[in-house]
Amino acid sequence: MSQAIVPLHRVAHGRTGDKGNRSNVSVVAWHPALWPLLVEQVTEARVAAQFRHREPARVTRYLLPNLQAMNFVLDEVLDGGVNDALNLDSHGKALAYLLLDLTVVVPASLLSHLAGPDDILPASRTPTETP
Amino acid sequence: MSEHDTAEGTLRIGCAAGFSGDRTDAAGPVVDALVAAGGPACLIFETLAERTLALAQLARRADPDLGYEPLLADLLRPVLGRCLTHGIPIVGNFGAAHPHGAARRIAALARELGLALPRIAVVEGDDLSAPERRTRLRTGFAGSPVDFERIAGSMVSANAYIGASAIAEALRAGAEIVVTGRVADPSLALGPALAHFGWALDDWDRLARATMAGHLLECGAQVTGGYYADPGYKDVPDLAQVGYPIAEIDAEGHCTISKPPGTGGRIDTHTVKEQLLYEVHDPAAYLTPDVVADLSEARVVELAPDCVRLEGVRGHPRPATLKVNVFCEQGWFAEGEISYAGARAESRARLAAKILRERLESLGRLRVDLIGTASVLGDDAGRWLAAQPAGEARDVRLRIATLHADKAQAERLPREVTALYTCGPAGGGGVRTGLRQRLSTHSCFVPREAVPTGYSFPPLR
Repeated sequence: MSQAIVPLHRVAHGRTGDKGNRSNVSVVAWHPALWPLLVEQVTEARVAAQFRHREPARVTRYLLPNLQAMNFVLDEVLDGGVNDALNLDSHGKALAYLLLDLTVVVPASLLSHLAGPDDILPASRTPTETP
Repeated sequence: MSEHDTAEGTLRIGCAAGFSGDRTDAAGPVVDALVAAGGPACLIFETLAERTLALAQLARRADPDLGYEPLLADLLRPVLGRCLTHGIPIVGNFGAAHPHGAARRIAALARELGLALPRIAVVEGDDLSAPERRTRLRTGFAGSPVDFERIAGSMVSANAYIGASAIAEALRAGAEIVVTGRVADPSLALGPALAHFGWALDDWDRLARATMAGHLLECGAQVTGGYYADPGYKDVPDLAQVGYPIAEIDAEGHCTISKPPGTGGRIDTHTVKEQLLYEVHDPAAYLTPDVVADLSEARVVELAPDCVRLEGVRGHPRPATLKVNVFCEQGWFAEGEISYAGARAESRARLAAKILRERLESLGRLRVDLIGTASVLGDDAGRWLAAQPAGEARDVRLRIATLHADKAQAERLPREVTALYTCGPAGGGGVRTGLRQRLSTHSCFVPREAVPTGYSFPPLR
């Protein structure tokens, strides 16, 4: 097995915050060795695509290498924000889990650092798309 | 030691609430831990989310004695006597829209408990809603897309996020309790740190470090394992008894986060990183009224189980302007729900949605959710839901919502949902409907000179 494709929530965790019509989602590597994968694969373009139905005006990624964390700021993704949106979750509290549904290609040498139960580790396969 | 040797050692700040309505049994163990540790300490309560203050203004309109944190007495009753006995000042933004009313309620509580009247200070200056202060708002909105004259008539609240200096002055003047309205959340912790260490107000690095200590504290349990658990991935012990945080701040402003012994929850580098970035935009420029904090070189170090130190925060000069949030009445929010279960439940719920859309088309903006299929991650316009293939879900709750300027129009939505009982698909049940007034929010920035702040010791009996 040379590599595996796993959901981002096995590589990192995160939390959503909101201010007005702007959302921020932190993405924190579970282990320092996984940090380069985040930088390389969890890009502004992929996050913007994941949220395209929310029509973000802008997606900005900030890197915090000391913390092995990144912060995504998504402008105008809350349908107006807590006072204007019709969503049950008008704060967008759940949006971190939408971001963490992205997939990441993880080399075999790093699989031991992934979070979550080992028994759902996907079998080795060749990625059909480059993230 | 340098000129900063006004106080030796460290200051412990416990946080016993992170929002309006937080647990009233949180403060007890925090105060126990502060007393056991000995040494200088302070207890803070953060009870004002963005919208809370507007709701408090509406409560005060309905009853001039109200307008402060509704749970104020319940939050303070378990700890007020011990804090006063042990010299632990209490600082809270529980004054909301009526800090003087809150001060009177605290004085009454002290009487009920048989305590001597505490020295209660009230911090003011944040409320810009009075007619004579509206010129500042007009200036603040000049050049923005918001037409202030159009929203002024429906204005409910207007508050500037003020900083820590008035809190610090009140504490130095001997306040045992400091009641504020809108202050920036981290300022609740920076105020006591300024009072204790005597830092200059342009000591940007130290101010930024203590500000980030306040940021870690301000949401209560969100740094101690609350809002973190995800079984199998992020396990947190005894979350039902989660302990609230204590920051030990040193003379350089660096902080160590812990929680009371014997409480549930978890503090590790991961819980601290999540909260550190919570509601942060550019990590190199976290704006507060007191300082611009720079987290770009921040580090977190686990010193012991449930004990994490934050280092490497730097500070830059504070912004020249203060942020002001204005809330206005903006119309009526209506929603309704109905459940479908068993065979073809999703198909019946989708038919109900189609019926409601047809009946309510003239309302304009409508959001439809299928709870159990797609109800949260999607968008108001329904692009996400439309993209989900129709499934075979056997337990689906249909939800529909609208926002309309006209109450009579908004009321049509709950009526149409209820009508599904007799006119809709088979087997619909459990209708719940709601109709309430909605507030809109608008932000602007005003020069800090336009918002003088200060404290007073109001006469209380």
